[in-house]
Amino acid sequence: MSARARLRLCALYPELMNIYADRGNLIFLERRCAWRGIELRYERRTIGEPLEGERYDIIYIGGGQDRDQRLCAEDLLAHKAAGLHAALAQGAVLLAVCGGYQLLGRSYEISPGDELPGVGIFGARTVRSAKRLIGNIAIEVQPQALGGLLGGAGQLSRGGRLLAGFENHAGRTLLDDGQAPLGRVVRGHGNDGASGFEGAVREGAIGTYLHGPLLPKNAWLADLLIARALRIDPRELQALTDDLERAAHACALRAAGVRAWV
Amino acid sequence: MSAARTRAAVALARSANALARLAGSGGTSLPGRLLLRLEPSALGHLAERLRAGSAVISATNGKTTATAMAAAIFAAGGQPVLFNRSGANMAGGVAGTLLELPGSNGAQPPLLGLFEVDEMWLAQIVDALAPRQIVLVNLFRDQLDRYGELEEIAARWSTALSTPPGSAADCGLCADDPLIADLGQAAAGPPTYFGIEDATAASEVPFHALDARHCRRCGAPYRFERLFVAHLGHYDCPSCGAKRPRPQISAQQIALDGARGSRFTLHTPAGSATVSLRVPGLYNIYNALAAATIAHIRDVPPATIARGLGSFVPAFGRAEALALDGKELRIMLVKNPAGATEVLRTLAGAGEQLCLLGILNDRIADGRDVSWIWDAEVELLAGRLTALVCSGSRAAELALRFAYAGVERSRIAVESDLRRALAQALAQVPPGSTLYALPTYTAMLELRRLLGRGGRSLRRGQ
Ligand SMILES: [Zn+2]
Repeated sequence: MSARARLRLCALYPELMNIYADRGNLIFLERRCAWRGIELRYERRTIGEPLEGERYDIIYIGGGQDRDQRLCAEDLLAHKAAGLHAALAQGAVLLAVCGGYQLLGRSYEISPGDELPGVGIFGARTVRSAKRLIGNIAIEVQPQALGGLLGGAGQLSRGGRLLAGFENHAGRTLLDDGQAPLGRVVRGHGNDGASGFEGAVREGAIGTYLHGPLLPKNAWLADLLIARALRIDPRELQALTDDLERAAHACALRAAGVRAWV
Repeated sequence: MSAARTRAAVALARSANALARLAGSGGTSLPGRLLLRLEPSALGHLAERLRAGSAVISATNGKTTATAMAAAIFAAGGQPVLFNRSGANMAGGVAGTLLELPGSNGAQPPLLGLFEVDEMWLAQIVDALAPRQIVLVNLFRDQLDRYGELEEIAARWSTALSTPPGSAADCGLCADDPLIADLGQAAAGPPTYFGIEDATAASEVPFHALDARHCRRCGAPYRFERLFVAHLGHYDCPSCGAKRPRPQISAQQIALDGARGSRFTLHTPAGSATVSLRVPGLYNIYNALAAATIAHIRDVPPATIARGLGSFVPAFGRAEALALDGKELRIMLVKNPAGATEVLRTLAGAGEQLCLLGILNDRIADGRDVSWIWDAEVELLAGRLTALVCSGSRAAELALRFAYAGVERSRIAVESDLRRALAQALAQVPPGSTLYALPTYTAMLELRRLLGRGGRSLRRGQ
């Protein structure tokens, strides 16, 4: 891999959509790139600004408070939709977490009877429920779900890989027929608390309810995103001393009631 | 009739209290909860015996310290006080404190009740106690899995201030927290505002740390002229004209003294006085101002307020200092990004190379979700740590946070057993120096228990 590799990352509404310390994901990506000599250029696009999708290799959107979600939903449609679709068409990676995931479906019910149109990256609609789904969560990602991200490398071992995190959402996200989930719930609630599905994947885009800093809990996913953004096989990435990363992954899995396979 | 039932319930709950103490688990809210189970209106009946009335303080951060500071001020003025010193701040905890009320004796001077109250319990406890003062200090993001979003809490507090008996209380509000200051609209009488007036004390606060960015009235983003602690500062709303009220109680000419304390001039409508605090950081100056506000409303002169604040010794994990074999252990509770960032900023300002024991638990009282550590400005300590030991139920995740903040991995150890972690961290502190322990709430309780019971063996093991 070239030592002068460079990636451009765009965070959408980072000052609004950071309710659960979403910036942990950005810190995590930036450090892991830096330790490998990859330059990660960080830019932000917020309300009223256009998104030039072709400029970016990685796009990130986190979760926000209700008021901010509404502002962002309107702005996504008005100023970001075309850029998002263009970025994905060019092979960029998109990670949408919690509220950001909800806003990228076909529609999002922000309060009872008040439905906002989404930008339709994912074939999913989100309805509201009175009861929040809260707690530690572990999911098992199916290799085929990440086929688009892996570029056929088939990296995932043992029938899937585990993701650990925390969820806290009133929305119930219902996937359309043909929309692939990110994984199956091992512990926790996932998309709707009933289907057993969690998240959604389309091409390079991942949506998930594992909120806030999920990458620090799942370094393997961070590396998958970096590799895909570089358009290389994840196995080509320089290995790092991942002692704390593995321990943190096991710790978060344990909190969700799952014993790590390491 | 129900007063008679209260007497019977109190007798039973007191026995439970005595039993709990015998069993060595004093200071729990269990007897108070039992009392409320037996007699739901006991809180109000007992509070009637506080002949000087009561005052309540709530906040996301600092309420334990602010309440203890207020108690120190009234003690300096010779006013007998009853307060929930152990930090048990829900209805059961307040009831448990009221169980300590001495039997009615007309000869005693009138007693004042000071209560820190959990954010979610404010309305209910105000309802039961009918306090004469309600002081609200700040609102930060904290345990979203339990408390929900900030604006929900602000709305509940607004109702508590605008309906009886809360509407009969004098209220003290932090002028520098836009969410809190705006509650002045709901108050029945004119509020007493407190805040920091020293522009030179403004700090570099990263924008992502702002928990209140949008005007509570119109939704437009606030314009912050300067910030002191997180989103606490001088601000206005360019859209609707809402602006920071001028505080009647203020801190000026502030001089911070690292992790040890601070000095400032306290201004009140009744005069000024110089205050020396033995707790560090601007966040503790806000706590002192909250305490001073209650005292001022109750006509305590500024000199007495300053004397009380100067005598205040930190306790219960809030910059509490303990001596351990010629070394000092300073416990600084951390529980949410804004509070943790202020603690980290204070440590960074101490200008030394530090040894740290970080303890991250994820029990219900800590918040099950530990995401928040990524929003704390851990980067402030990069290059300043000689050793870091991480412990607690999420030790590895805390260690990872420090590694990604730029702390060398060779200086980081993970030890989930707290006793071993403490010994390991202490061993790396030179004699005469300080080990800073940064525990979450239940970790702080564990640490104190360990020091209380196993302190001796731990010292021998040195
Ligand atoms: Zn406004």
